[in-house]
Amino acid sequence: MSNTDFVLAVEDLTVSFDGFKAVDNLTFYIDKNELRVVIGPNGAGKTTVLDLICGKTKSTSGSIKFMNKELTKLSEHEIVRAGVGRKFQTPSIYENLSVYQNLEVSYPKGRGVWGSLLFKRTEVVRSQVMKIAAEIMLSDFLEMEAALLSHGQKQWLEIGMLLMQDPELLMLDEPVAGMSAKERDQTADLLNRICQNRAVIVIEHDMEFVKKIAHKVTVLHQGKILAEGPMDKVQADEKVIEVYLGH
Amino acid sequence: MNTMLKKIVSSNLIGGKQGAFGLAMLAALIFIILPVGVDIFRLNLVGKYLTYAFVAVSLVLLWGNGGILSLGQGIFFGLGGYGMAMFMKLEASDPISTKIQTTPGIPDFMDWNQLTAIPWFWEPFNSLTLTIIAILVIPAAFAYLIGFAMFKRRVGGVYFAIITQAIALILSILIVGQQGLTGGVNGITDLKTVLGWDTRTDTAKYILYYLNGILLFGSIFLSRYILSSKFGMLLLAMRDKEERVRFSGYDVSDFKIFIFCVAAMISAVGGAMFTLQVGFMSPSFVGIVPSIEMVIFAAVGGRASLIGAVYGTLLVNYGKTFFSETYPELWLFLMGGLFMAVVMFFPNGIAGLWDKYARKIKFLNKIYEDEKPVAETSATPVNAEEIGAKA
Amino acid sequence: MFGYSIADISNIVVMQGFSGLSMFTVLLLMALGLAIIFGQMGVINMAHGEFMAIGAYTTVMISKVAVTYGFVSYYFVFAILIAFILAFAAGYFVEFIMIRHLYKRPLDTLLATWGLSLVMQQIFRSTFGAKEVSAELPEWMLGSFNPTPDIDIPINGVFVMVLAMVVTAGVYLFMFRSRWGLRVRATVQNRVMAGAVGINTQKVDRVTFALGCGIAGIAGAAFTTIASTGPTTGTLYIVDSFMVVVFGGAASLMGTIASAFGIAQAQSILQFFMSSSMGKVSTLLVIVGILMLKPEGLFASKLRK
Repeated sequence: MSNTDFVLAVEDLTVSFDGFKAVDNLTFYIDKNELRVVIGPNGAGKTTVLDLICGKTKSTSGSIKFMNKELTKLSEHEIVRAGVGRKFQTPSIYENLSVYQNLEVSYPKGRGVWGSLLFKRTEVVRSQVMKIAAEIMLSDFLEMEAALLSHGQKQWLEIGMLLMQDPELLMLDEPVAGMSAKERDQTADLLNRICQNRAVIVIEHDMEFVKKIAHKVTVLHQGKILAEGPMDKVQADEKVIEVYLGH
Repeated sequence: MNTMLKKIVSSNLIGGKQGAFGLAMLAALIFIILPVGVDIFRLNLVGKYLTYAFVAVSLVLLWGNGGILSLGQGIFFGLGGYGMAMFMKLEASDPISTKIQTTPGIPDFMDWNQLTAIPWFWEPFNSLTLTIIAILVIPAAFAYLIGFAMFKRRVGGVYFAIITQAIALILSILIVGQQGLTGGVNGITDLKTVLGWDTRTDTAKYILYYLNGILLFGSIFLSRYILSSKFGMLLLAMRDKEERVRFSGYDVSDFKIFIFCVAAMISAVGGAMFTLQVGFMSPSFVGIVPSIEMVIFAAVGGRASLIGAVYGTLLVNYGKTFFSETYPELWLFLMGGLFMAVVMFFPNGIAGLWDKYARKIKFLNKIYEDEKPVAETSATPVNAEEIGAKA
Repeated sequence: MFGYSIADISNIVVMQGFSGLSMFTVLLLMALGLAIIFGQMGVINMAHGEFMAIGAYTTVMISKVAVTYGFVSYYFVFAILIAFILAFAAGYFVEFIMIRHLYKRPLDTLLATWGLSLVMQQIFRSTFGAKEVSAELPEWMLGSFNPTPDIDIPINGVFVMVLAMVVTAGVYLFMFRSRWGLRVRATVQNRVMAGAVGINTQKVDRVTFALGCGIAGIAGAAFTTIASTGPTTGTLYIVDSFMVVVFGGAASLMGTIASAFGIAQAQSILQFFMSSSMGKVSTLLVIVGILMLKPEGLFASKLRK
């Protein structure tokens, strides 16, 4: 199969920190419109993989091709502009701005210095903000300072900020951490809706939640892939059980 | 077109009813109350203070809104001031008035230091046009150089503060050390005319005072425009979560470099106006102490408030003049104490207090009703990334 | 080169090198204190120079007492101890009333401590006068010895040098070999966790800050052997010390020592060949230039973020 069929093709990816290989010769592929969940014990290298894809950490060797474009040589903002969005583990939003402003700032026009100085807040921008706000269930909180949102709402807001950019690939690091059971269900629905026309990678620990959303699961252990496939198959895998329960 | 213009003015430059009220009060103070109320000697002093306000305004952009603390704004104030001083000095050093020198026609301090010709980098300052261009372009170019080297490598926070401080120190030592080229520790003095126009007469002082006020308002409007655009919102966003801005597709360093250059230019205009009004320029306005004092002005006024910065500058300098005339020993205690108190207890300065208490006054409340507090007066948030050199 | 012979140049380098050692000592002690405070706590202490001045004034005062009561030859030992204690106590107090409220606002600590430095300078001026005062140095410290006829090495320089090495070793033992040091490092790495395992993080902060200030006090004692003390003495070294800390990579003891040595020597040797101000300017320019190329300092390691 050629790489062109995948949204994301990660091949032989390695990164070492002073000799310690956090990600070790990793290869995996993400299909169009796929929702992939990455699980694994603490320190398995899950967050590091996302860091490598979005350019926060530079790889030691290997390649990351996103829609046939090599990402390893690009800087962070170029990777975002290529169509990759990333949510951080702890919600990373602008606490001092309102929900509306948080979304508006993420609108993908006026990204240069002069562009931002001349940026006009048109009806198109406004309606896009409204649409995304409705999607992430924050329509009633537009004028609220983001710092005052609940933890779960902050997670949604950050997802909304990514949706504003309409990325081809969305990477979410523990999107339901700190959420109530009801919020988890709502988030599962949200994720199922937003992966209709884009690929999504999710890192998550909550197995109930993973079952609800995953098309395919990748299990990482010590920087390597331990198992990959549908949830029920992975759950029955001897090696996976060993890693999770063995220690 | 006309309605669009109105829209721009009302939203971006004036900042609604509250912004209009603040600007009108400041304009009344600077353009009417002070010129009428005090004699020309004191007014000239106020004019001098107001040149520092340019730097304070630039720090509101850079530090209050962008979270970038420059401890080297004196560099740019000095570059602007020296540019104007070099022009005026060359004009004052015509062969007739300097005929007693060994080499007539060059500035006196060059003659004292056995120079026999004007150094090459002084030559452009024979022309007023080139001087004005230099006053704007050289500080911006220098800021671009520093900003490019630092921000592209993600040096920020305290590292940026310390390095800009070191650069201010380097520049002031250099100016003091190269006496023949710069006038040394005394600076460039005895400046009298611009294109033959005597700047020392009372009329000239009034004209320069008003010119200074107009330019200051120009700088405030420019800053208002920047802060109210998407650029301004991004500045606040960067101050809060730089990483998130980067991962929303923005090249953070470009924005920081740009705002640093704008701040440098505004400070340089202040420096040039200082030279025009005071008649000399010296390294004591370039180094560490003046640079950090200007931060106090902005902090006392309210680090995120453009108008507050002007009041902060006036108040601190009035205090400085008053106390150093009356109780000189007390002044450093007060200045130091004021700085500690503002940082610890009133991080939003005068603007913060005003915002809090003005609403309790009935007629002011009428002006403010239906208006949310402007983003201008929010305090700098806690930012763990400030510590690190690299994000 | 400038009309010097090779032998001249090597003699000049050796002698300037040794006179640079005194500066190195003061810089190193200043920077050690700063590095502890900044590297371990993220606090920028702009009043650090004034804590050094506390030590310097203390030494001068004790030397005056020593002259009166005739124990000039060994007062210095007391002076170092008392300078340390007084600066430590002042630092402890300052941490309590000011610094602890500002831990999460590093830029604000910078500004607030600058305000503090102004106040302290005025206190010195009101107490000791605006004029510079010098300590009476014991006789044995005044001479110099000559390994060759052309080379002249001042004994006071060698003495403060030894002092600095002892203090550096002490800091190393304290930070990396004692229970206290372990607590400090634990608090730096994870404040919440350190608190959870029973470390009194507030006390750790206070003692760490006070310790940094105390070392500045010792720097002040060393300073009196090479120059006289005035109200603004502290401002002389503050930028240089910050440069040392930043240049050396804030968390590295070896880096601090190496960069203090490099900066002091470069200034001392360059000042002989150029004017004093140009020597300083060139040194600072080189540091700023290198920092722009390598912002994390010379001794930082790659970490997993």
